[in-house]
Order: sequence, then C-alpha cells, then structure tokens
Amino acid sequence: MIEVQDIHKSFGEVQAVRGVSFNAPDGRITGLLGPNGAGKSTTLRVLYTVIRPDAGSARIDGVDVVANPLAARHRIGALPHGAGLYPNLTARENITYYARLCGVEKNAIEERVAGIIDLLDIGDFADRRSKGFSQGQRTKVALARALVHDPKNVLLDEPTNGLDVMATRSLRDLILKLRESGRCVLFSSHIMQEVAALCDDIVIVAAGKVAMEGSADAIRERTGCDDLEDAFVRAIERVEPAQ
Amino acid sequence: MSTFLAVFSKEARDYVRDRRTLFTSLLVGPVFGPILFAFVIDLSIDRAIGGTSETLELPVIGAEHAPNLIRFLESRNILPVNGPADLDAARAAVTSGTHDVVLRIPPEFGQRLLDGVSARVELVSDLANSAGERETRRVRNALNEYNGQLAAVRLSARGISPMLMQPINVDSVDVSTPSGRSAMLLGMLGYFFVFSLLMGGMNLAIDSTAGERERGSLEPLISLPVDRETLMLGKIAATCLFMMLALTLSLLAFAVALNFLPLTKLGMTPNFGAGTVGFALLLFLPFSLIGAAMMTLVASFTKSFKEAQSWVSILLFAPTFPILIVSILTLRPRFEFMFIPSLSQHLLLVDRIKNEPLEPTHLAVSMISTLIIGIILTAVCARRYQKEGLLG
Repeated sequence: MIEVQDIHKSFGEVQAVRGVSFNAPDGRITGLLGPNGAGKSTTLRVLYTVIRPDAGSARIDGVDVVANPLAARHRIGALPHGAGLYPNLTARENITYYARLCGVEKNAIEERVAGIIDLLDIGDFADRRSKGFSQGQRTKVALARALVHDPKNVLLDEPTNGLDVMATRSLRDLILKLRESGRCVLFSSHIMQEVAALCDDIVIVAAGKVAMEGSADAIRERTGCDDLEDAFVRAIERVEPAQ
Repeated sequence: MSTFLAVFSKEARDYVRDRRTLFTSLLVGPVFGPILFAFVIDLSIDRAIGGTSETLELPVIGAEHAPNLIRFLESRNILPVNGPADLDAARAAVTSGTHDVVLRIPPEFGQRLLDGVSARVELVSDLANSAGERETRRVRNALNEYNGQLAAVRLSARGISPMLMQPINVDSVDVSTPSGRSAMLLGMLGYFFVFSLLMGGMNLAIDSTAGERERGSLEPLISLPVDRETLMLGKIAATCLFMMLALTLSLLAFAVALNFLPLTKLGMTPNFGAGTVGFALLLFLPFSLIGAAMMTLVASFTKSFKEAQSWVSILLFAPTFPILIVSILTLRPRFEFMFIPSLSQHLLLVDRIKNEPLEPTHLAVSMISTLIIGIILTAVCARRYQKEGLLG
C-alpha cells in the first residue's frame, strides 16, 4: 500500500514534481503514465527514498519515507530506470549479493535465490556472467534482485524500455504474477497501450502534476474520448506547464 | 556487519574477476619498482666505482721520452696508448670528443729531470666536459703521486727527510655507515611504496563509486534496505585491502630484488628483511585508509568513470610533494613531520632501512595522526554518501 500526498521536488530551477498525490493499494497494479519529463521517475525516486521531497509526504504500508527511509525501503523492491548489473558477476551472484546485503539468513540464501530465479524464469542464463546479457535478460535479473528480500510493494520505473515484444510479454506476465501474490505494484511508463492493458488504476502525470486518475474506462469517460490516446492527450492539456 | 561483509567480499571478488585491471594495479609497483631501482643503482655503481677498477686508456704523445713515468702510470691502471701526432692534433681530438684527455711529454723531459729543474708535461682536456672530468682527475692524481715520489727520492738523496715536505697530513675519516649511504638511494623508496599502495586500490575506488554510478547499479543499490554508510565502509575496506596487497607485493619484490643488486659494491647493507617488510605494512596500514577514503570521496564527486580516473590520478602524485621537499632539503625526521601522512611513513621507513634507532613517539604520532585523518576523511565520505548529488 503506497500513499502519496502532495509531493514537491525541484532540482535547482527545474520544478520536477509540483504536487503529486495518489494511492496505490495492495493487490492491484497502478500505472504512472505520462510523457517524458513529466515527473514520473522523480516521484518513484522519492518513494524508494533515493531523493527527499521538498514538501509533501509519502507512506509505504504506513511508514513515512522521509521520517523512516530505512524501514520504508524494507517494504519496497525497486527497479530504477536503466538499472545496471555487475558485469563480472553471474546473474545468480548478482541476486545473491542483494540477498546478502538485505540480511537474508545465510542458510536460506541459496533457496531464496533459486526460488526467485525460478519465478522469473531466468535459469537458462543464471550462471553466466552478466556482461553479455540482452536488455531483456538484464531487466529480469535486476527485477529478481529487487525482489530478493520479498517486499510487499514493487516499484518499477519504465521497466519495458528497450525490451522487444517477447521480453515485454514475459515481463507483463511477471507483473501479473506479482499482483496475484497480493503485492502492490506501481510502475511507470510513457506507453499508453501498455498501461491500459496491464493496470487496474492509472495515474496520468504531466508537468509535475497529476492530470487525472482512475481506471482506463473512467478516464475515457471523463475526457469524453473513446480512444485512450486522445484521452491521454486531453488529460495532459489540462495541466498548465511548469515554469 | 553482514551487509558490510557482503559489500566487502563482493567488491573484492568483482575486482579479482577483472584480471586486466587487477594485474595492472597490483603489478605495476612490484615489477617496475625494482627495475627502475636496479637501473638507478647500476648507474650509481658505474659512477662510484667505475673510476678506479677499470683500465683507463690514455693517449700519450712522446711516451718514449719518459719510460719510468709510463711504467708508473701502468701501475696505476692507466694504460698509455699512442696518441695524436702533436699538440694541435691533441687539441682538436679533445675538442671534437675523440679523446677526453691527452698527455704530452716533451722531448726535453728526461734531460730536465736530470738537471734537477722542473720538467713540464702537458695535459690536454676540456674542463667543460663533465664526462671527461673523472678521467682527467685520475690522470692528474697519478701525475701528482709520481711527482711526490720523485720529490721524496730527491730529498732522501740529499739527506733530508721527505716528511719535511709534508707538514700536514690530511687523513679523511668517512663516518657514514654503509647502511646510511645506501639510504640516500633508498630514500626514494618511501614515495615508491606510497605510489604502489595507492595504485593498488585506485581502480577499485573508482569502479565502486563512479563506475557503479555509470553502470546504473548505484541507484538500485541504495534503494535496498541497508545503510548507505555501511555500503560505503565496505567499499573503502575493500579498497584498503587491495592497497595493502599491492604494498605487500612491492615490499616483497624489493626484498628479493635487493639480494640481486650489487649493493655491497657500494658499501651498502640496507636493512630490508622480513622485519622491515612487517614494519612497513604496519606503518602504512592507517595510510591506506586515507588513500581509500580520499579516492572514494574524489570519485564520488565526478560525473563519469573517465573524469574520476583523471582526478584520482592526480591524487597519486599529491603525496610526492612533502617527500620531495624534504628529500631536496635533506631534512632529518622531526616531531612535527610525523603529523604529515606519507611524509611520516617515508621518513620512518627510511630510518628503519638505515638501521637507525626509531623514536617510539614518532612512530606513535605518525600512526595515530594518520589514522585520525583517515577517519575524518571517511566521515566526510559518509556525509557525501547521504547527499542526493551522489547519484550525479
């Protein structure tokens, strides 16, 4: 369960986020949809506590990300945009490293890692060094290691970027699996079709503000557009651009 | 603690897997150090002892006029050979560099000696030519010696003690110990070890900060439920490990290489055994913390791996300056120098190699102040890791 209340964040002169609020409940997939530079990544980075908001608050399962970032991170598995692996380590070693860092008990590590490799179906290349991995393989391993401490909330920042059709499909299946297990999944994308096909709730972000939120149907209804792309554009136009 | 160990062992393993980088950073010191050192030693030996043990070929004009003098020169390991035709040819030969020094004995040499008046010989040399200076000095010394012998013989023949001609007898006593002399050459070792220590950890420090960021693995790492300080400490500890490893290899390489260098020819007996290796490791241990923290800090401010490399390379040379200044001014170890990292290690190690008694307070001040500076730098690093700017 993720609750975001009126988050603001500026980088120097640039106001990246100007008051974003939304809720992402457990057992549902929430999509942050918006054009490039809308503030999706900044919002997610505040949530996984890599940056601090200038104003506003956010809670993960009731834990405030500013007041108690470490406890909040315990409840989060994050896949940042363009997350990289360690090229000299195998996929399994990459995942094991995160398991050790998160304090998974020594005798449980192997089993936990094997379970995740199984879940994400990456056994074929688990013992190869990640140097030559394809983008799809890299994303899967990065997701696997983000899940190794069994977080209840999963944040994915543009996970399908650079993936081909097959890789995107298998990632989509994975996200559905995560929802089935009762997790709260929050993921960002600038591709409407993807968000529409996958998400239970959509939060459209533009120019650092929430332009509209609701299910795909609700958004179509409120904008009076049948086509989701038109609805998206209409929603974005409602927000005045940032300074 | 388990997080710290996880970071530490991962960074170490990651680094070991990168063979090429590992070899360059660990082996540059141990391989190039002794080679460079052997080269310098060889040059010094050449300069110091090449003078008397080698036969000097001396072109002589008119050797037939002074057979006794020629025999004397031969006894001094100076071999007279046929020289240029005349004085003008000799001048030309010395000017052009064909010969460094030419001796001319005029035909009247023998007659003048018989007459008991000063007999003239001519020594043609170029005083501006420093390479020929040593040969000239050798010939001149031999001639002076012959001069002294003849004078003594003449005085004795007239019933006068030759001692009269020597009211003062200068005896120079060299008090420099063989080890002390060797330390002049070994003085550069201090910096050398600082350098190879820093080289050993440089790439790891860059890779685990700037490299981690450039690969995009830093952001997922710090979004894990772990303290950033713990991550940073693990990285610094791994850097220290490889710095100490590089230092160990360098020390061992030197200890072995010194056995093969003809140092005894220079009258040197450097104290560089297992004890000194252990002493150096202990001495440099707190310094490795300074090196690792400083490099991690600098690398965390850079925008890219390449930028980090150029800035951190500058750090490699920063510790030279205090050592260089003290070496040029030939300052002795002093209490206040012990507060300066790299310089205090250098001075203490050189003293140890020279076999000179170590001041325990010096050693304590060096280790403690270096450690404190290292801890301060690490704390600054920890603050830096809390900043959003870490992500670039």
